[in-house]
Amino acid sequence: MPFAADSLLADGFPGVRLHVVTGKGGTGKTTVAAALAVALAGQGKRVLLAEVEDRQGISQTFDVPPLPTTEVRVVGAPHGGEVIGLAVDPKAALLEYLQLFYKLGRAGGVLERFGAIDFATTIAPGVRDVLLIGRVYEASRRRLDKKHHRGSAPEDLAYDAIVLDAPPTGRISRFLSVGSEVAGLARVGPIRHQGDSVNELLRSGATRVHVVTLLEEMPVQETVDAIGDLSAIGMPVGAVIINQARGADTEAVAQLDPDELARDLRSVGLDPSPATVAGLLEQVRRHGERVTLEQKQLAVLEDLGRPLVTVPFVVEGIDLDAVTEIAGLLAEQGMVP
Amino acid sequence: MLNDRHTRIVVCCGSGGVGKTTTAAALALRAAELGRRVVVLTIDPARRLAQSLGLTELDNVPRAVRNLPPGTTGSLDAMMLDMKRTFDEVVLSHSTPEAAEQILANPFYQAVSSSFAGTQEYMAMEKLRATAGHRRPARHLGSHRRRHAPSRSALDFLDAPKRLGSFLDGRFIRLIAAPAKLGGRAGLKIVNFGIGLVTKTLTTVLGGEMLRDVQTFVNALDTMFGGFRERADLTYALLKEGGTAFLVVAAPERDALREASYFVARLAKDGMPLAGVVVNRMQPNAARGLTAARALDAADALTEQGRTASAAALLVHADVAELAVRHRALVRRFTAGHPGIPVVEVAALAQDVHDVAGLREIGAQLAG
Repeated sequence: MPFAADSLLADGFPGVRLHVVTGKGGTGKTTVAAALAVALAGQGKRVLLAEVEDRQGISQTFDVPPLPTTEVRVVGAPHGGEVIGLAVDPKAALLEYLQLFYKLGRAGGVLERFGAIDFATTIAPGVRDVLLIGRVYEASRRRLDKKHHRGSAPEDLAYDAIVLDAPPTGRISRFLSVGSEVAGLARVGPIRHQGDSVNELLRSGATRVHVVTLLEEMPVQETVDAIGDLSAIGMPVGAVIINQARGADTEAVAQLDPDELARDLRSVGLDPSPATVAGLLEQVRRHGERVTLEQKQLAVLEDLGRPLVTVPFVVEGIDLDAVTEIAGLLAEQGMVP
Repeated sequence: MLNDRHTRIVVCCGSGGVGKTTTAAALALRAAELGRRVVVLTIDPARRLAQSLGLTELDNVPRAVRNLPPGTTGSLDAMMLDMKRTFDEVVLSHSTPEAAEQILANPFYQAVSSSFAGTQEYMAMEKLRATAGHRRPARHLGSHRRRHAPSRSALDFLDAPKRLGSFLDGRFIRLIAAPAKLGGRAGLKIVNFGIGLVTKTLTTVLGGEMLRDVQTFVNALDTMFGGFRERADLTYALLKEGGTAFLVVAAPERDALREASYFVARLAKDGMPLAGVVVNRMQPNAARGLTAARALDAADALTEQGRTASAAALLVHADVAELAVRHRALVRRFTAGHPGIPVVEVAALAQDVHDVAGLREIGAQLAG
């Protein structure tokens, strides 16, 4: 480790402000998204880390109280950098949106009572996703003075970078293409406009979609499929992040002889019972199998020709220290400028 | 559970990536070997499931698995829910050809039938009920995976029928579908004001055309189904019956187990029969006598002596032992927090599950 060939190193993604992180369920995309936000904050940036799946993943990862529907500071970094967390809630986003653009003071409450908010956020196809991304879009162009203007100077913007902990690979393309989908349904009106604006941001040079995977068959297959789908709809794909990679010294153990192992164990004061020796050898064999499998999957990922970034398996489990450590590894491997 | 002929439906639920599909397939195979006639239903395009069962593809109709182990007395079919097709079938079977054509062509219907959060779960339940109803002696393994849903509502398939039902029977939809009718009946000024405001806002936000599409769609569904809620209730009741068993699937990770706790609580709240919790991917430890700490010390000493092969083996063991201890602790805590709920552990395999043999191995572990 890192496994990646030089030609597959990430270049820091200059000019990118929106990092979308996806991956199959269970691959650790929330951890990677959090670590990427910390890595960016480590460069003195104001970073928004947004989640859209109502899981309170940010609060759990950083061990802070559950996030409200507004933006709150999660963790600070040297040189004025900080990570702001946001758990996007479609209902709150819709009401804010209506308030922002229509000044609907009491109408919001009436809409809520009539189930119109429920309708828009859960039933109407695509509207929920437009609201979720729309909220991130709004944050992306908000200035420090809380105003929104097209073409604001970077130093006036509220956030230097945004990391979006996005839905899993199975539905990422649909989620990100929701702007077009809604544009097909709503031919005029603000939802249409919102959809168009979101589309523009997502397909611009300022956005990259990173895919988190494990070196296992299914997540790798889903990664390949997702990258194909994303490219087909014109979404700019960034890096493939290999999570929970196991470093392995397979050559060293390939020739291991039971008698030699028993002798070595005894020489350092361990009891070389037949069960222990057999158990160790069995584990070495399984480990070797796993590594062979991982190498095969790695080759598949290398063929994608995308930057590869490797995050090692953390045996102790994920806490804030682990996130900070992973952030360092991401920075080292060119995930930040 | 599998031997109990009264159990006809097993629903596997859990958060993403914990091995629900594999668990469902392994159980289905084992049940078939026990002489039962089984169909395994998955919501996901489980290509690997198809492959491991020796099928080239899975689709909306059950396909027979041919390469069952010798001596299998039952049978095994596999299918994948095609949401849009199931929805189309429901429409076709409940309306005249002309009406069906009109609905199928409606842009709002097309969007709802393929992407509405909850439609998938609703249709899975439809399919489940239909399949369970048709083949009387069969049992049914539904592998329900959340796809749309945020995981707090990963039990969407419990909520979806009610939500869709209450939505379609609700006052908001009446309002959209027939504003004039309701407006005429509503006596209170405030309500009139509200309705005007709601329709006006919707028109502003969604655009008049989309609203008209919605109205056509809702009216069509309404005349077609009569009572969505009634159907939803039937499905819900089917799940509560004695013949259904829920299995919560998890992995030995903090997040996955937290989700599992939520599932367990939610099933209990709804009075759904929970058969137990399956924890997949437990780290096996083949040399339990040796702790991680001692293995690490010994590896250091051996490295100094240039005994790299033995040192490497001890390093592998140190990771294995530490992970095994952590997995054990997580499961122990979960078990202590949920007294009386059977927890079955399945050891991680070195290889991904590829074939019937792999599924059998998992099945054997599930059976204990």
